[in-house]
Amino acid sequence: MGGGGGGVPEELLTAQETALYDRQIRVWGVDAQKRLSKAHVLVCGVNGATIELCKNIVLAGVGSLSLMDDHVVTEDDLNANFLIPPDESIYSGRSRAEVCCESLKDFNPMVRVSVEKGDPSLIDEEFLDKFDIIVLSRTSMKTKLFVNDNCRKSSKHIAFYAIECKGSCGEIFVDLQNHSYVQKHAGEPEPKELTYHSLQEAISVPWKNLPRKTAKLYFAMRVLENYELSQGRSACETSLSDLPAVLALRKNMCDEMSLNESQIPTALLERLVAAGKKEHPPVCAILGGILGQEVIKSISGKGDPIKNFFYFDDTDGKGVMEDIPGPSTN
Amino acid sequence: MVSSAAASEEPVKAAKVLMVGAGGIGCELLKTLALSGFRDIHLIDLDTIEVSNLNRQFLFRQCHVGQSKAHVARDAVLKFRPNINISSYHANVKDAQFNVEFFKQFNVVLNGLDNLDARRHVNRLCLAAEVPLVESGTTGFLGQVTVHVKGKTECYECQPKPVPKSYPVCTITSTPSKFVHCIVWAKDLLFAKLFGNKNQDNDLNTHSSENGTSKSNVFERNTDEDLDQYARRIYDHVFGYNIESALENEETWKNRRRPNPVYIRDALHEEDSRQNGSSHDCSNKQVEPSAMVSLGLRNPQEICNLADNSRVFLEALKLFFEKREKEIGNLIFDKDDQLAVEFVTAAANIRASSFGIPLHSIFEAKGVAGNIVHAVATTNAIIAGLIVIEAIKVLQGDYKKYRMTYCLEHPSRKMLLMPVEPFEPNKSCYVCSETPLLLEVNTKTTKLREVIDKIIKSKLGMNLPLVMIGHTLVFEDGEGLEEDEAANYALNLEKVLAELPAPVINGTKLTVEDFQQELSCSINIKHREEFDEENEPDGMVLSGWSAPVEKQGASNGDNQSVASSSGAHDTDGNLEDISTKPVMKRKLDEILESKENFDASSNAQVVDDDDDDDIVMLDEDPNLSKKKRLQ
Repeated sequence: MGGGGGGVPEELLTAQETALYDRQIRVWGVDAQKRLSKAHVLVCGVNGATIELCKNIVLAGVGSLSLMDDHVVTEDDLNANFLIPPDESIYSGRSRAEVCCESLKDFNPMVRVSVEKGDPSLIDEEFLDKFDIIVLSRTSMKTKLFVNDNCRKSSKHIAFYAIECKGSCGEIFVDLQNHSYVQKHAGEPEPKELTYHSLQEAISVPWKNLPRKTAKLYFAMRVLENYELSQGRSACETSLSDLPAVLALRKNMCDEMSLNESQIPTALLERLVAAGKKEHPPVCAILGGILGQEVIKSISGKGDPIKNFFYFDDTDGKGVMEDIPGPSTN
Repeated sequence: MVSSAAASEEPVKAAKVLMVGAGGIGCELLKTLALSGFRDIHLIDLDTIEVSNLNRQFLFRQCHVGQSKAHVARDAVLKFRPNINISSYHANVKDAQFNVEFFKQFNVVLNGLDNLDARRHVNRLCLAAEVPLVESGTTGFLGQVTVHVKGKTECYECQPKPVPKSYPVCTITSTPSKFVHCIVWAKDLLFAKLFGNKNQDNDLNTHSSENGTSKSNVFERNTDEDLDQYARRIYDHVFGYNIESALENEETWKNRRRPNPVYIRDALHEEDSRQNGSSHDCSNKQVEPSAMVSLGLRNPQEICNLADNSRVFLEALKLFFEKREKEIGNLIFDKDDQLAVEFVTAAANIRASSFGIPLHSIFEAKGVAGNIVHAVATTNAIIAGLIVIEAIKVLQGDYKKYRMTYCLEHPSRKMLLMPVEPFEPNKSCYVCSETPLLLEVNTKTTKLREVIDKIIKSKLGMNLPLVMIGHTLVFEDGEGLEEDEAANYALNLEKVLAELPAPVINGTKLTVEDFQQELSCSINIKHREEFDEENEPDGMVLSGWSAPVEKQGASNGDNQSVASSSGAHDTDGNLEDISTKPVMKRKLDEILESKENFDASSNAQVVDDDDDDDIVMLDEDPNLSKKKRLQ
């Protein structure tokens, strides 16, 4: 949702909103708070990282949050998810979205939290138009590309995000299409504009065109995606036994893209492959926090958004942005 | 190479962790610790829950307002991790029960505090107990996590931390030039004088001329005095008469804009000033009294004019007497007391208008008066994640991996989260090394009490100090003192230094200790006759320690760094005012310079673990050699 959207009506915040949101209004102002209250967010894929995001944006006071994840809750889900009570009588037989939706409602009575049944790979443009922000996680690359494409086709400006936490590493992708916003410079607000690449473009850039110090996680994640695709696996369905095949794929891809294999360290691939579906909770908190801020920035139209990838790896502790261009770089 | 998550399992399961603070960072931290496999967590917090906490302290609900943060946080987390142990203490970490022995039982201490005082106290206890400390703080979108291990890294106090800005008395009483000065006047002088403890010293009226009646009579309401009349009388006195008196002193105004006296008859039309019907609205008996509501002023973001501020002033004053009379004489300003905030805002605005200072909305004024720190959930969540990562490293004992991590609003070298290696301990740190200090003071005119209050408790941050001169114990603070001992110390407090049982003169050495903090300091005394009132308002100068940097005003105006008696009580373990200047230079110290809580002289290296071993020196300061990296 662009910051330059139509005029915000001059109604005051309610007394309840003023009292509850006092501390954050001091960060981003009343206008931004009003915009937040009108924003509709869809999150597909309920896991440790996305529930952190959900907590953050519900507390911030978005208009509505819809959760889509029909997977039935299993014990594994309890590892990194504090929204699911560890009581089988409560969660058994119910979807992740349903159980988490219940918990999230408690965090802020002013936010409408609901469940959307369905599969992200099947959602159509009409459905997407209900939302201002879409977040995907733990879906196949094919689905991400499909949804991103639909976001771009819509006449409504829909912001697209993808987030993955694998073990103690993570990746966030941002596509705000054409984004107008305001950034404070020396105390004065300065209008700015950014143009983003689609997801398809961002993963199609020839590797040899990228700067040498590009985050290794960028390449590693692309290798894993390709591996999952070639093996017909669902997202994050890997284990240590897949490592030899993944390393072979790395070699092929690097040869094809003229990239030195050492740019995608074996140790890193090993960690990612072995992680499978596991998420390290502190990393979920970090990724969910960063993405939460991004969603708030995009809705409010205030502050430089990330363009267009963010990586975190607790081995070096750096939270790094990468501006990955499209395939045709002249 | 095994993932850090797997390698950490055993040490984490066995660890006993102390968390200090269950607020913004604390809630996020407790949740993440529990999810990460920690099974024995102790949590201390003295606060109760307020509505304004609920936008980020997500373990709390509306129904918990008024209850203990520590206890409610514990209950909330046990809901999703019922089999772990969380011990919660609704108490002040400075209490005697949290002594060195208490601290020794933990493998690591994690701070999520909101004030410098408590942080220094915990720092000292961790040093004494030899337990690693992970410190943290957030303000708005900025945050940092730092690791402190005795003997290996700097302690929390090795680098100076800014103390709250204080203002010279005359600026507040006579020559304000900023809105914050007007707020301090309204809060610490006028509000205190009218509604606070009458026995407290008060600088209000310092410059009013004697006119036969004693000063205290002016502010007291006469028996049966009409409330409306009383309110207007007070108004005219402080905004009219007092200003006129001040104008009589030509010297003061030689190079300054002269203030305009304001009388109620000028600020309001005659008819308006008689309106007082709304304050007798009986149907509002149960609702918290509010002058703004009575007057129909609904928008807290609006900057009201002089007339409206005057109406609020009168109405608020009257409401205190009509609805809250019992509290008068005991009231302390509280930022969550709506009527108090309205009164202080109105008074500050009227004063501001006299002095040609821009007026502010009640929203802005409340932030200044209450030292409110802006805070959001996301930054706290990120910082909590980083704290847990450091805590796990500490438990694994691999000190080469410890990092100080900064969460930036504007990326530096593509980084939003920037890790930096810790420094070795500062050899001149009086807390973790043993450096004697120097105090310049007039030993003939300064009382022991002043040295203890201004230096030992305030600057040195000792809680329950003990002062010795040679073998003579001249002062002790704490429980368990004998009656005659206590009487003796009380006497000593009022003596000037040179007249103490063991006289303190030029060259004398004081030994100062705090048993609870296990901190001992030597202070060498140097006698000096004169001190500059403006630059040395304490009348004494301490050196040989890292002098703290005073916070400057924010780039976005007077919204931060307010003085006053309440000290820097801010939320979420904040970093205080951070300007939003974009990062223009690559040096870490300049990046961090905009964050007032950081030592601007910190010359840090960003560790880049790339294969090509590209460690970047961010500052070519020759002094760098003095601050060695942690090896």
